Amino acid sequence: MGILYAVLTIGILAFILGAALEFASKKFAIKKDERLSELEKIMPGVNCGGCGYAGCSAYAAAVASGEAKIGKCAPGGKALALSMATIMGVDEISEPEKQVAFVACRGDVNHTQLDAKYDGILDCRAASLLFNGNKGCKAGCLHFGSCAAECPHHAIYTDAEGNYIVDKNKCVGCGVCVTVCPHKIIRLIPYDAEYAVACNNTESGLKVRKVCEKGCIGCKICVNKHPDSGCEMKEDLSVVNYSKDTSGLEKAALSCPRKIIVKL
Amino acid sequence: MTYIALIITYVFIQNYILVNFLGLCSFIGVSRDSESALGMGASVTFVTGVTSVVCYIIYHYLLVPLHIEYLQTVAFILVIASLVQALEMFIRKTSPSLYKALGIYLPLITTNCLVLGIAIINITENHSLFETFVAGVSAGLGFTLAIILMSAIREKLAITDVPRHFKGVPIAFISAALMALSFMGFDKGILANLHLA
Repeated sequence: MGILYAVLTIGILAFILGAALEFASKKFAIKKDERLSELEKIMPGVNCGGCGYAGCSAYAAAVASGEAKIGKCAPGGKALALSMATIMGVDEISEPEKQVAFVACRGDVNHTQLDAKYDGILDCRAASLLFNGNKGCKAGCLHFGSCAAECPHHAIYTDAEGNYIVDKNKCVGCGVCVTVCPHKIIRLIPYDAEYAVACNNTESGLKVRKVCEKGCIGCKICVNKHPDSGCEMKEDLSVVNYSKDTSGLEKAALSCPRKIIVKL
Repeated sequence: MTYIALIITYVFIQNYILVNFLGLCSFIGVSRDSESALGMGASVTFVTGVTSVVCYIIYHYLLVPLHIEYLQTVAFILVIASLVQALEMFIRKTSPSLYKALGIYLPLITTNCLVLGIAIINITENHSLFETFVAGVSAGLGFTLAIILMSAIREKLAITDVPRHFKGVPIAFISAALMALSFMGFDKGILANLHLA
């Protein structure tokens, strides 16, 4: 008899609760935008934050409500933008150009002078709080690898000399490293770019020579002798403007006396 | 036992996290920053308050008359899980802002041993209905206190140079153990000194 009571009580209790839940789910059902759930399904789901939203579903919600434009998703690229446009029923999309990150500094410890020995937290952001870092060059890489640690796709590695290099094929251009770097030496450049200026120091050649054997000294050879290189001067630093013609950049790289226009 | 004594008992002396070691999964899982810790604490307090009352009613008016008290664990799990689910739906419908703050934690509480533990301990301690409610809410407050303290410590730990093998959860457990040691300082003597026992 006891077992009958037990089975019946629990069975009936479960049935009542189940029925109540079913009733509640109908009663409190929320109409969800169908497009939103479809958008969420096709998002890459890496939650890199490159679009400027908290994650993939936040960006999908913003697109569904018309708040955000299609095509801000770097990992998804053009294919995703097109399918998102189909779901949303729009034709024009602002197509994202595929971009990759580039660490604009090759001043490893053997070529750049150190101001001090740093024993603090091994993180670029922490190190830069003290006199902008322990290196002589206050615009260059601090070599604590915050960018590599934060990269959601593990696309940043160190080469034999200890410089941070972006693996072009792993990088999705989300821009997390760009915001992490306290010296703002990481830029987004087009995926197709073959050469880039690997320096971030805008000071005069005299000052750069004192602290670094590799940095750009502002000699302007790339700008004056190779007008088709796309190089522009930003104070005493050469910066490639990829929206201009960059066909002569390879020759400029060869004639750079500091060999700081590097092949990617 | 007065209600104040009940509150002091369940917040400090018998803190469910640091003395009884119940509900450690969400305690470690959601204590990374103090904002979500506060959200989790509020959700747990809410759920423990409601479920302890409902479980009391189920036990005393359903299980006891039928002499099947031994089924309390099964019955309580059923009740708690479905109650939390219903609450989640209700909150999502009525207050989207509250749902945003608490909603993501509610499924975590569904199968939390802390909530079940409170319901069962209330029965074994023979609390009355109102005492059960007070005990449930104070147990939730104790959880909130513990998880907020923990999150403050973990926010500091996140930027500290912790030895590599202790990074993350291991160091959190060690800190939790030290907090538990300090909570041993609260004992029944407090109630006697406050003339509550």
